Amino acid sequence: MKNKQEVTSSVNQELNITQWMVFKDKVGRSWYRFRRNPISITGASMVLLVILLAMLAPYVTPYPHHAGAFTDLPNAFQSPSKTHWFGTDEIGRDLFTRVIFGYRISLILAVIVLGISVPLGVILGLTAGYFGGKIETIIMRFTDIFLALPPLVMALAICAAFTPTIEKAMLAIASIWWTWHCRLVHGITKSIKTEEFVQASRVIGDSHFRIIFKDILPNCISAIIVKITLDAGFVILVGAGLSFLGLGAQPPKSDLGTMISYGAQYLPMKWWTTIFPSFAILFLILGFNLLGDGLRDMLDVESEGI
Amino acid sequence: MNNHLLSVDNLVKYFPIRVGFFQRPIGNVRSVDGVSFNVNKGEMFGLVGESGSGKSTIGKILVKIYNPTEGTVLFKGRDITKLTKEDLGFFKKEVQIVFQDPKSSLNPRRSIKSTLEDPLIVHRIAKNERDRERIIRNLLQMVELSPNYMYKYPSSLSGGQRQRVAIARALTVNPSFIILDEPTSALDVSVQAKIIHLLQGLQREFNLSYLFISHDLSLVRTMARQTAVMYLGKIYEIAPTERLFSMPLHPYTRTLISSVPVVFKEEQQAKPTKQSWGGEIPSPVNPPSGCAFHPRCSLADDICSQQLPDLVEVMRDHFVRCHHVSFNMQSVK
Amino acid sequence: MKNKYILEIRDLHVHFRVYEGISRVIDGVFLYIKKGERVGLVGETGCGKTVTIKTVMGILKIPPAIIPSGEVFLDGQDILRMSQKKLLQIKGTEISMIFQDPMNALNPVFSIGEQFYDVIRFAQQRFSNDEKLSRKGIRNKMISALEEVRLPDPERIINNYSLELSGGMRQRVLIAMALVNNPKLLIADEPGTALDVTIQAQILDLMNKLVKTKGISVLLVTHNLGVIRETTERVYIMYGGQVVETAPTNVFFENPKHPYTQGLISSVPRFTGGEFAKGIPGTIPDYIKAPSGCRFHPRCNYAMPICSQKKPLLTMLESGHYVACYIYTGQEDQNE
Repeated sequence: MKNKQEVTSSVNQELNITQWMVFKDKVGRSWYRFRRNPISITGASMVLLVILLAMLAPYVTPYPHHAGAFTDLPNAFQSPSKTHWFGTDEIGRDLFTRVIFGYRISLILAVIVLGISVPLGVILGLTAGYFGGKIETIIMRFTDIFLALPPLVMALAICAAFTPTIEKAMLAIASIWWTWHCRLVHGITKSIKTEEFVQASRVIGDSHFRIIFKDILPNCISAIIVKITLDAGFVILVGAGLSFLGLGAQPPKSDLGTMISYGAQYLPMKWWTTIFPSFAILFLILGFNLLGDGLRDMLDVESEGI
Repeated sequence: MNNHLLSVDNLVKYFPIRVGFFQRPIGNVRSVDGVSFNVNKGEMFGLVGESGSGKSTIGKILVKIYNPTEGTVLFKGRDITKLTKEDLGFFKKEVQIVFQDPKSSLNPRRSIKSTLEDPLIVHRIAKNERDRERIIRNLLQMVELSPNYMYKYPSSLSGGQRQRVAIARALTVNPSFIILDEPTSALDVSVQAKIIHLLQGLQREFNLSYLFISHDLSLVRTMARQTAVMYLGKIYEIAPTERLFSMPLHPYTRTLISSVPVVFKEEQQAKPTKQSWGGEIPSPVNPPSGCAFHPRCSLADDICSQQLPDLVEVMRDHFVRCHHVSFNMQSVK
Repeated sequence: MKNKYILEIRDLHVHFRVYEGISRVIDGVFLYIKKGERVGLVGETGCGKTVTIKTVMGILKIPPAIIPSGEVFLDGQDILRMSQKKLLQIKGTEISMIFQDPMNALNPVFSIGEQFYDVIRFAQQRFSNDEKLSRKGIRNKMISALEEVRLPDPERIINNYSLELSGGMRQRVLIAMALVNNPKLLIADEPGTALDVTIQAQILDLMNKLVKTKGISVLLVTHNLGVIRETTERVYIMYGGQVVETAPTNVFFENPKHPYTQGLISSVPRFTGGEFAKGIPGTIPDYIKAPSGCRFHPRCNYAMPICSQKKPLLTMLESGHYVACYIYTGQEDQNE
């Protein structure tokens, strides 16, 4: 007959569980869910491929010096061949190289735009959702106004008002993009605010600041991450749209949108000058979308506590 | 000047109902409608009722989640609605709450350690990280959880374990008074038994005072020395617990006790006769006139719908609010 | 072939494939319900009762669930080997269920009438076109079902939405929907748990009366021992995915044999006061690395060496009282 002491201790016995072990378990589970889903794996691979290529651009491209100013008119408009996989453009530069360098600009655009708009939107959303009342009304109505403006049109207006450069394009897009994150976080904050654990923190005596950042924000993170991933594709698309209209990166820089724009005049004879850059954008955006969908599925399940 | 730990006098809490674009108030949810009771140091006080009774709202008013519409709440002689910022800090260390649903009372994105060290940081109870860890280990052992649970997240804990963490959180600040709002309703029988015994043990060890809010009469019987029965925002009977169960006087109390499905023969035999016709619990937005229980009461007659009976002391320490219960001993107020 | 039992579960095993491996949740469940009998299935969270009733209802998600062995017969029909088509005919007609939470079991976007209509019409599919009821016929059937559960003004309720009704009224609507097609077996999953005590008493009373008059068998699943005591004729108690004891209700509560049953019943507080046990030490088993032999042995004060070696089988003690425990049976057991 066991006595109660033995039963209790043997049942309560756990190996010394450290923070590291718990973290490893969490990561392991998330990875398991992630890799079961073919969509997320595909998306992740696509995005990773592009990022790697872009980072290592000078080393993986056959003609890195073609990326900027370079002319080789005799070689202009070569169709795709063994020496030029994507062919050459109207002044003889290798298209494959320029596409890879073009990815650099697109990715940097995404990073900077989201790097500005996400923190801004999140902070405004948290503030509006948590404090409510007049503050909420002011912030959210302000957000509504910006949301009513189509991003591309707004960006156009801003860019056209000043001399267009890639930096101004980024700022223009960022100036509207924060609204989506503000709205998203505002909604989540409002619902989390009524949860008992927030009330419990109030009863403990936590300051508003502490509650916002330690209780509410962690619950928004998964939604924000999914949105950032899906946004990345869309931001790149808007950026390419601006360049297409001549308002983004200026030649001789390799920018995908600009390439498409220049090449469009030569359709359908010299099709490669437009098709390959277009496909490149499609590939990247598709990758982000698939990745975002996969992440959303994975994080949804996690929030149910499985 | 009374020397009760907690003194509630004519507490009222209405929640306005707002409609339309301009949020015009069209009525009130009369959640708490004139409640008075006292709790002494080291005492366990029980508050029983069904949905709409207002018992949970009272608990939340006592920890200042809500502010009263009318009435006074005195804790250690001080009015809790008139506390200075400094006093508020002290108050939060004195009065804590354990919520009903262990799933929602812990932040799923915070480790147990993070949840428990919150009060330590906010009230500057520990000097440094190592101190905090030591205190948390201590707390976990007090609620009979292995300290290994520190780095876990609520999703890997069972309901009973989460509730223990919630109790540990309440104990972090070393309170003298804990509001227990249905602390075991979401738990299984055997887990409930452990938690109740734990709470009783803690009470003895630290001379705590409890306000035990529940709809489970058997639990209230175990936990409370004095019990009040609430219905639609008012107290209809209040008595020492043993007397309330052995001699329930109000028709609603009798209905309540007889409705509980019981396991043991002795309970079955001790059940009072039901004095109700059945029917739904009315909404606290539009409570019945006079005595709120009259539409369901088998003793009701005309006076019951016209006049709200007073809370009258019909026996020593035993108060009943009913026109038809009269043992003429003393009348108070 | 006329069967004595409306429901037979024989040695059911159900496993789940999860991140950590295989979770062997149900490990040998036996359950028998006679015609017109009210049987209670008791167990705490994690004992497997929900998985069991989902298997019986045919709503278990396979995969990730796997049913390696076992049999479930509903009035002689083999549920586990039935085609999806045949199963669809049975669900909601021969066997129906009342869910735990009346707040969520009704769709808030459709009126009560629309949902009720679906329930009746679904059952009508089994009949030929001549036998099917018309719209008016269905409506009349709806109204009489709502009257049976003592809802005032059924005509108005049909047009209401679930949010306009109180918890008690919603539960009555659910009962009406479950009984309207005259099922042979009604599974009630924690009826009244989400309701107030006084309302719960009315609902249970109503359910008892209705099943008695209609001769419906009931499987009442709950962790509330008081409800079991007052509304059932036989009790099965589950622990760790196994049925560990079964007996007629009064015998079960007055003379429990299995240590788990004893531990559980002694932990119930009474409103008449007095001591009650401090629960049962330990926690529910891990279904992935389940304890060998008897799944309760790590928590049992009376554990013997054999308990960790071989799983005890349900054996008859007295008439109708079966226990799966080596305290009462020898090393050679008989199966029920």
